[in-house]
Order: sequence, then structure tokens, then C-alpha cells
Amino acid sequence: MDPNTDNPESPKPKYVVSKRLDSMFYSIYHAYQFILRFFREVFVPPYEFKEIIHQCYEVGYKSLPLISLTGFITGIVFTNQSRPSLANFGATSWLPSLISIAIVRALAPLVTALIAAGKVGSNMGAELGSMKVTEQIDAMEVSATNPFKYLVVSRIIATTFMIPVLVMYTAFVALFGAFLSVHSNEQTSFAMFFSQVFDSLSFLDIFSTTFKSTVFGFTIGAVGCYHGYNSSKGTEGVGRAANSAVVAAMFLIFVEEIIIVQIVNAFR
Amino acid sequence: MQQKAIDRNNAVIAIKDLKKSFGDLHVLRGVDLEVYQGENLVVLGRSGTGKSVLIKIISGLLYPDSGEVNVLGREVETLNSRDLMELRLKVGFSFQNSALYDSMTVRKNLEFPLVRNSRNLRRKEINVQVERVLEAVGLSQTIEQMPSELSGGQRKRIGIARTLILRPEIMLYDEPTAGLDPITCIEINNLINEVQEKYNTTSIIITHDLTCAKQTGDRIAMLLDGQFAIQGTFDEVFASPDERVQSFYNYNFTK
Repeated sequence: MDPNTDNPESPKPKYVVSKRLDSMFYSIYHAYQFILRFFREVFVPPYEFKEIIHQCYEVGYKSLPLISLTGFITGIVFTNQSRPSLANFGATSWLPSLISIAIVRALAPLVTALIAAGKVGSNMGAELGSMKVTEQIDAMEVSATNPFKYLVVSRIIATTFMIPVLVMYTAFVALFGAFLSVHSNEQTSFAMFFSQVFDSLSFLDIFSTTFKSTVFGFTIGAVGCYHGYNSSKGTEGVGRAANSAVVAAMFLIFVEEIIIVQIVNAFR
Repeated sequence: MQQKAIDRNNAVIAIKDLKKSFGDLHVLRGVDLEVYQGENLVVLGRSGTGKSVLIKIISGLLYPDSGEVNVLGREVETLNSRDLMELRLKVGFSFQNSALYDSMTVRKNLEFPLVRNSRNLRRKEINVQVERVLEAVGLSQTIEQMPSELSGGQRKRIGIARTLILRPEIMLYDEPTAGLDPITCIEINNLINEVQEKYNTTSIIITHDLTCAKQTGDRIAMLLDGQFAIQGTFDEVFASPDERVQSFYNYNFTK
């Protein structure tokens, strides 16, 4: 016999489901309010230029080593995995075209966004969560500084601008890795490889990747800040904020990827 | 203690029938309070009685469920964000755990409120003001240290210095001596009195430390069951036959 059904104190399953649904809808509403507040405050002076530049440095420059490594490896691995299939049809000369489309349209934005969600998103969640728990955000507020603008708006702007830049950089590094792999097997020159790469890409590819990266950047910043800024009290809350920031951002990135791909394909 | 000039006709903080609940927990149940210009008011009470909630409402960090909170002639709960920011420049808040920005040095911590609220200040003027408040709290040597390198007492002092840099008219101290050794407690108490004399501030000191209350308070208000049950000088309050007041006194001095 299920011990829970025996216990008159234990809540009924229907009640548990309804409570969870309530909590889910409340979270969505709360997140919506948070985003709305961002848009309300982003255009109103004073503008935190100094903090935005500092955050761009944190998000962009400090992510470069990790992004470079993953981008480079992605390019090499994808080329090595694709070559045998194309070789079966004697179509290895199509490798640069295939690789360029795969990297620019999908791999570079996704890999960069997922790495940034893990590195930048968790960092924001933990940092703001820790500030919340130790009353540093309250301290900022009582010293007549708007902490939302200083901490949240500047971070979201930084990720929104820097993730597309990082995506372009990742695409370049991944293509360079792919070139090395192609060059070592097919003896293709640098000029020929990149001429084939650019021939295969259209304006829509570049535009959709830039747009997608901007959306990913906004998502990473907003989700990281939301979880950190609203973390519950205690050190456990800080850990949970960092963890939720990564999980929620990664989930949303995949959802956004599916939606944006569908929209872009409709224009293709 | 030397008798201070307290203007009993000039209430800089006036609270009427203030109520605040968190879910089913009714923390403040109709608080009435007036704090006068130049006065050090100590709010005593057990943990969880809503002492910190009271000063967070005064500084606009929390909103009351009902009642009026008038600070320097302004109703806090009705202020828009810009007016609230202006008011906060005049109300300093020293946090229980100091709440120093742990990614900044002491210098940057002290500069932060100043730079953000007086954007046209020159570097030289900022340095002078930072050195002035550090000297006031006796910690000039810590200027380039990180908060993690400071002791508990030093952190409290720097926290107080950070609020003083904006020259507030009102100081709110949340448990200023919590977690400190007795000698450091006395030093912090002396600092609170020095700040009051030097900057002519009006202060509310939240504590459950009776030594702190005795040393710093011109008036004591005891928060019991969500209301101020008794107010007066230290001796008047603890001469009360109220069992709750006596048990608080006996516990503090016999523990």
C-alpha cells in the first residue's frame, strides 16, 4: 500500500499538480515582469556605459580562449566526420560548401551560445545570487543607485552585443580548423577553400545567424540575471540560481533555434 | 553621557499604525513611532520581531501593508523611484553583515555611492572624501584592501564609512554589534556616538545587545508582539514590571 495515500496530511495528487501549475504560471509571469522592466529601463538615462563596457570585456574577451578551442575542435571534428560520407560519392570537393553552411547556419551559433550559457550565464546567476544573499544589492539600492539598471541592464546589453561577435569569431575559427583538416587530406589552398566557403553562403545565412545570435545573447543574459537577481536567501539559493541559469538558458536556446530555423526556412 | 540637544518638536521620522505581514506571519501590527532630530533611538526586541523590517520600510527597501511612514517630511510609500532615490541620499543604512561589495577594494566601496551620485566630482575631491570618512572610522590603513581581508569589526566600520560618505541626515544601523567581541562592540558603540556628534545625524539602532542600547541610546523602544510596548530611557524601560521586558533584561545580563 502506498504510505502516502494512508496519510490524511499528505496532499492529494490533484492538489499537487494544481499547485505546481500555479507555481509555473507565477514563474512565467514573474519572468515576463522582469523582461518588461528591462525594456522600461534600458532606454531611460542615466546610461551605464562604463559598466556595459566592463561587462562586454567580461563576456567577450574572457570567453575567447574557451570559444577558440571549442570552435577549432568543432571545425576539425565536423570535417573529419563528414569526409567519409562525401568520399563514398566522390564528392569531397563539396566539403568546404557543406562545412561552411553547417558551421555558419547552425554549429557556430549553437556551440557559442551553449558554451556562453555554461560560462557566462552561470557566472551571472552565481554573482548576482551571491550579491542578493549578502545584501549587496540592497546596499546598492540604499546608496541611491538603481541596482537593476547597474547590474541587470548592463549585463543583458553586454551579452546581447557580444554573443553575435563571439559567434562570428567561432565561425571563423571553426572554418579555419576545417580548412586545416581539408588541406591535410585534399591539399586545398587557403584561397580556394575560403572562396568556396563564401560562394556557398548567402546574405540570409549571415543575417539569420546574426539575428539568432542576438536572440541567444539576450536569452543568456536575461535568464542568468533573472535567476541571480531573484535567488532565494542562503548559499543553497546561489547554487540553485547558477544551475537554473544554465539549464533554463540551454533549454530556451534550443527552443529558439527550432523556431528561428522554421521562420528563416520560410524565406529561403 | 553628556546631555544632547534633541529637538522634540521636530520629528524627522514619524510612523503611524504601520502593519507588515509575510504570508500568515504578522510581523508589525500597528507600529507608532516618532524619532526626533539629533536623537539616537535604539529599537530592542527578540530576533524575528520585525526590527530589521521596520528600518527596511523606513529606507524604502520594503513596502508596508498599511500605515504611514513619513521620513524627512515625505511619505515613503507614495514616492516614485526618483524621489525615493533622492530621499535615500539622506538616509544611510548600515547592514548587519556590512554588505560590502566583495569584488571591490575598500577605496572602490567608498567611492561607489559618491561617484554614482555626484558624477562631476574630480578624482582629487573623491580621494579627499574617501580619506575623510576612513579617518572618521579609524581605518585609513585599509584603503587598498579587499573586504575579505578585513576583520568583522573592520567590515562594520567600513560599512558605516560607506554610508557616511554621502553625509546622511539619518543613520539606520541594523545590528551593528552582532557577531563581534565585547571590546570591538564597545568600539562600534563609541563610533555610533561619534558619528552622531560629528555629523549631527538622527539614528535608529536595531539591536538586541543591551550594552549597545545603554551606550548609544538616548531613548529605547521595545518591540514586542509587533508593537512598541514600551519607550523611554534605558533605566525607565527596564524599570518596567512587564514580564517580557524583565525576561529580556535578565537573559541579556545573566547569559
